[in-house]
Amino acid sequence: MDLVFNLLPAAVPYWLRVGLAGVVCAVILITLMALGPIAYVYVETKIAGFMQDRIGPKRVGPHGLLQTVADALKLMFKEAIYPAGADKLLFILAPCLVVVGAFLSFVVLPFSSRLQAVDLNVGLFYVVAVSSISTVGLIMAGWASNNKYALFGAMRSAAQIVSYEIPAVMVLLTVVMMAGSLSLQDIVWAQAGGLSRWFLFRYFPLMPVAFVIFFTAGLAECNRAPFDIPEAESELVAGFHTEYSGFFFAMFFLAEYTEMFVVSVVASVLFLGGWMAPLPMLQQLGPVGLGPIWLLAKAWSLVFVMMWLRWTLPRLRVDQLMYVAWKVLLPIAMVLVVVVGGLVLWSPTASGFPWDRWAGWILAPLLVAYLAYMIVAARRWSARRTREMAA
Amino acid sequence: MSNPAYGWRVDDIDTDEMILNMGPQHPSTHGVLRIELRTDGEVVRAARPHIGYLHRCFEKHAESVDYPGVIPYTDRMDYVASMGNSLGYALAVEKLMGIEVSPYVQTIRVIMAELQRIASHCIAVGTYGMDIGAFTPFLHLLRDREKILDLFEWTCGARLLYNYNWVGGVSHDVPDGFVKAVRQFLREFDAITYPEMIDLLIKNKIFIKRTAGIGVCSPELAVSYDLTGPNLRGSGPPRDLRRDEPYLGYENYEFDVVVGEGKFGPRGSCFDRNWVRALEMKESAKILHQAVDRLEKMEHTDVHEKVPKRVKPAKGEVYARSEAPRGQLGYYIVADGTGINPYRVKVKSPCFTAMSIFHVLANGMYIADIIALIGSLDVVLGEIDR
Repeated sequence: MDLVFNLLPAAVPYWLRVGLAGVVCAVILITLMALGPIAYVYVETKIAGFMQDRIGPKRVGPHGLLQTVADALKLMFKEAIYPAGADKLLFILAPCLVVVGAFLSFVVLPFSSRLQAVDLNVGLFYVVAVSSISTVGLIMAGWASNNKYALFGAMRSAAQIVSYEIPAVMVLLTVVMMAGSLSLQDIVWAQAGGLSRWFLFRYFPLMPVAFVIFFTAGLAECNRAPFDIPEAESELVAGFHTEYSGFFFAMFFLAEYTEMFVVSVVASVLFLGGWMAPLPMLQQLGPVGLGPIWLLAKAWSLVFVMMWLRWTLPRLRVDQLMYVAWKVLLPIAMVLVVVVGGLVLWSPTASGFPWDRWAGWILAPLLVAYLAYMIVAARRWSARRTREMAA
Repeated sequence: MSNPAYGWRVDDIDTDEMILNMGPQHPSTHGVLRIELRTDGEVVRAARPHIGYLHRCFEKHAESVDYPGVIPYTDRMDYVASMGNSLGYALAVEKLMGIEVSPYVQTIRVIMAELQRIASHCIAVGTYGMDIGAFTPFLHLLRDREKILDLFEWTCGARLLYNYNWVGGVSHDVPDGFVKAVRQFLREFDAITYPEMIDLLIKNKIFIKRTAGIGVCSPELAVSYDLTGPNLRGSGPPRDLRRDEPYLGYENYEFDVVVGEGKFGPRGSCFDRNWVRALEMKESAKILHQAVDRLEKMEHTDVHEKVPKRVKPAKGEVYARSEAPRGQLGYYIVADGTGINPYRVKVKSPCFTAMSIFHVLANGMYIADIIALIGSLDVVLGEIDR
């Protein structure tokens, strides 16, 4: 925001500069958020197609690129149906609240050292706080729909999101203790200096666990499979948005994909060095630095993992979901908070174990190489299979 | 449990049960089943299935058409496994008239029946995965079912409702190159479909957690409710008509009767029923391997050789049963010896009896488990309602 503020000439009155800077930032972010899901949905359909041995969208536009645009247009022009006995005000308000809740987090996401709407000094706290707003929206949607399935979905989602926020926030505490700040920008700066400084690899066996906990909880918070019980289509038809149609339905869709993106960005900021490049020397590339590109690359790979999981895993049951949250993730997160807190205080290990400076360098390439190998091997296996079958 | 300071007691909190109508329009009631659930939060206190939404008067209708004319109607009962239905009917009428079909026709019927069994179990296991939330195995299995449908289409021109097993024969001889195509399918099945299904779905930890120990049906309960087929074998009793009362020369084929093992929790759970289906596909493939080998060496006879010009059995009645993909399918046919119509056709449907145990197993489950239970019983509403 200060970037836009400084671009405006000084002759413009102060209040107008602030106002214009705010509006410009908001417009950019809203555009980003509205267009993002179109891309994600397309990518998701293609990934699903790849995993399910089919082609995916193909007809609308080259390689089906315009399919999601067409879908979005269709949803916008469809009639919004209000079910009989619905509380109309709440019914309309609910999707708006969900979208707003998903969108508000964008304000503090640091896309690079300057590319950030506002660098709040309680940024992380803010993200956690506003992401809970959508829960209220989901419950409102479930209640206002006057539908039992929607009510079930709303109750489930409330229980789920409230439960999973606790381990997620616990794990965030470890990061906050290590960075010594709640500002997302400060957290990124604390990870400057390449892979081995990323929080993912600090206190080597500990922080990867924290990352996995945060990612799992994040999955649950965006209602993604295997934690998609609030909208479990085989049980609750569509859960809390059963009765929604047209643009209101599209808004829930928008919110879901936006939340996925937000969770991935937050995870990359907290654990994967945010907009920092994996190698310090790469940081110097480009005129303004490639910050946003690094961040998006990290976030999108996490989004890909989310989609991957969705198309692979079955769904958990309600009680199993609660079991995972309260009896598995929470105790581990608590232990992590205590242990990492102690290690941060203890001066010999204040910035990590001695082997951390190596762990990152070794493990990250290994992981990337393993993933690449798996993809190549799968491709080659399917090619060989096709050949053999043809013979 | 009272707290005078707040002026309320825990007992005062209203905990009404909620009636939830699941279906007939619901994504995972496998057709048009309506279940009336009395739910206490997520827990189901009582479940009552309401059937009949797909009732088409099959049995009454059968009385007004001639014997061969009933066969297309049988196809429409269990529309996921039409071959098995018409086979059972043809066997019953042949038994009534004393027709003995040639070994060639018998082998063709075995091949079709086993292909149909694999196709039907593909749907059963695939949709079961989808009920649990895994979408990908469903599409993988449907892709491979499509290959079987292609074989059927090639043979008789239809992909879903075949009218293939006629009284005294089959409608079309298998086309040239059919054996090779079946071998090709089996190769793909053994190499891809089966291992993929086991790896992706059956061995998935979440899948096991969701299904093992849910809807446990003891062997005694299963027998007393007359469960048949994979539902019964999942509980333990190794009852399979292909083995116990062989027809179509099944006694000449090597195959195992798969029973539930209770690997992950008590025996007879949803997991075991599904597990039996998955492994039965492998056994069917085994039978197919032997059957196509035989078919190749066998002397080809006209498949219409024994088809009677006029099916008019003498006065009498017959009960014949066969092992359809979903269990024992029995036909009770009464002929009065005067007309060309059956006097009475009664079907003993495996899905109907499977549905009758539903309310017993469903008590005290979570809503999500209700879906898992319906899926594991693998009912086809077309056969229940007829």
